Amino acid sequence: MNVLDAIGNAVIQGLAYVGGLTMQFLSELRDSPRMLPLMGRRGRWKTAMQQMAAIGVDGLPIITIMSVCAGFILAMQTGSELRRFGALQYVMDVVGVGFTREIGPLLTALIVCGRSGSAFSAEIGTMVVTSEIDAMKTMAIDPIELVLTPKYIAAMITLPCLTIMSNTFGILAGAVFMYITTKIRLAMYLRYVFNSIELHDVLTGLLKSLIFATIIVNVGCMEGLRVRGGADAVGRSATSGVVRSTYLVILADAFFTAIFYLVHKD
Amino acid sequence: MAEVMISVDGLTVEYEGKRVLDGVSLDIQRGEVMVLLGGSGSGKTTMLRHIIGLERPTSGTVRVRGIDINRCSGEELMAVRRTMGVAFQECALFNSMSIEENVELPIHELTNLADPVVEIMTYMKLAAVGLGETGKLMPQELSGGMKKRAAVARATALDPEILVFDEPSAGLDPIVAAGLDELILFLKHAFEMTILVVSHELASAFRIADRLAMLDRGSLIAVDSKDAFRANTNPRIRQFLDRVPDPIAESAAVQAHIRELAGLTGART
Repeated sequence: MNVLDAIGNAVIQGLAYVGGLTMQFLSELRDSPRMLPLMGRRGRWKTAMQQMAAIGVDGLPIITIMSVCAGFILAMQTGSELRRFGALQYVMDVVGVGFTREIGPLLTALIVCGRSGSAFSAEIGTMVVTSEIDAMKTMAIDPIELVLTPKYIAAMITLPCLTIMSNTFGILAGAVFMYITTKIRLAMYLRYVFNSIELHDVLTGLLKSLIFATIIVNVGCMEGLRVRGGADAVGRSATSGVVRSTYLVILADAFFTAIFYLVHKD
Repeated sequence: MAEVMISVDGLTVEYEGKRVLDGVSLDIQRGEVMVLLGGSGSGKTTMLRHIIGLERPTSGTVRVRGIDINRCSGEELMAVRRTMGVAFQECALFNSMSIEENVELPIHELTNLADPVVEIMTYMKLAAVGLGETGKLMPQELSGGMKKRAAVARATALDPEILVFDEPSAGLDPIVAAGLDELILFLKHAFEMTILVVSHELASAFRIADRLAMLDRGSLIAVDSKDAFRANTNPRIRQFLDRVPDPIAESAAVQAHIRELAGLTGART
């Protein structure tokens, strides 16, 4: 009976968590038009722009470095195996398709998750602890519209952009490897890569990045809003924000990759 | 008879089976300063959070200007909140914004006034609390007393009919605390605001209050004018007013726990 109780409680808590995320997501969608310049609420788009700079511009250096390293590692690892079969040119396929479909979106999401997801949890958690969120409510200001929605809009715009940058730098790192090993020039490398990539590879990668952005922002903010207590609770919320959004991103990646695979198989 | 602005009726609050407020009833009339007194853990802040609609009670009602804030629509609740200003104990200033932006925020969000009008209103609100020249500073750059005054400026930004203070004097030196008392009296007289102050500072309470209420262990034990409150013979009120400590060390529970810790549970005679 105790085991059943524990399972039941875990299921109820899990459903309540997902329900909370869904409600928060729907509220952000409802408030999104107010973020638009000219027709939205006064100055709201500026907040969204500041968030875009924090997520996108500030995150670009680390995404560039990680993507270059990942691209080079992928090219070296696959190259060392393919060389034995005299098929070194397929490194270009692996890097091109691998990055656009999978590594670019996932790597970008995991970096943004660690950088910005934890920052969202800590920022909102601190606002809860210092009663700033309560103050907004008593002023008849909706914290979701003022605090969460600009972050959501910013992530929805910047994550696909960062994914494109990650794809580009990963593929260029593969070009460096191919030049070192086979003296293939950049123009020929790119022609080969573009021949191997299809439009749907890029689009599915970008679609996944939008889903990842939704997960990262909503989990990060939700963990912040659930903070009760003091500074240690804020720290725990940042940790659980990163942990939960990381595994939800990977679960979502597996789920959508399976769907894209089944759809594209035919 | 004066209009009742806030009416609390049978407010009962339980957290995880523990009763924090037990059937509290209180009416606050238009234009009066009501000070809610009580020791630490008496339920003052819990009561305040229910009056401003941040939490839902286990039972009982809270009516603000006749509207039951726990059973009204979202729009009605927003309308009620627009008539209230709240200055929190921790000030709750937005740390990412300057003092000026903090005061501007509710005006920007809840009105369609042009930017120059908002700027003038903001300056006037800050000047009224003596912070006219410090609008560009960030909250971290202000002293405790200045933060409290900035929080008051933000709470009064939209000229609310009801102003709520949570422990306005907490952590302030007597001079700054006295300045804040004068500010509360100024707001009452100048804008005819209805003011609820949650406090445990006796000097401040007797300076600003029209009536005082006292909470003890979740129950309201007195609601009186200043003179009647001073003359009240309730033992808890006398203890509070005369600053007599609880006999903690002699209490049976503490003695029993000490014996238990010392391994003398069985040695009781």
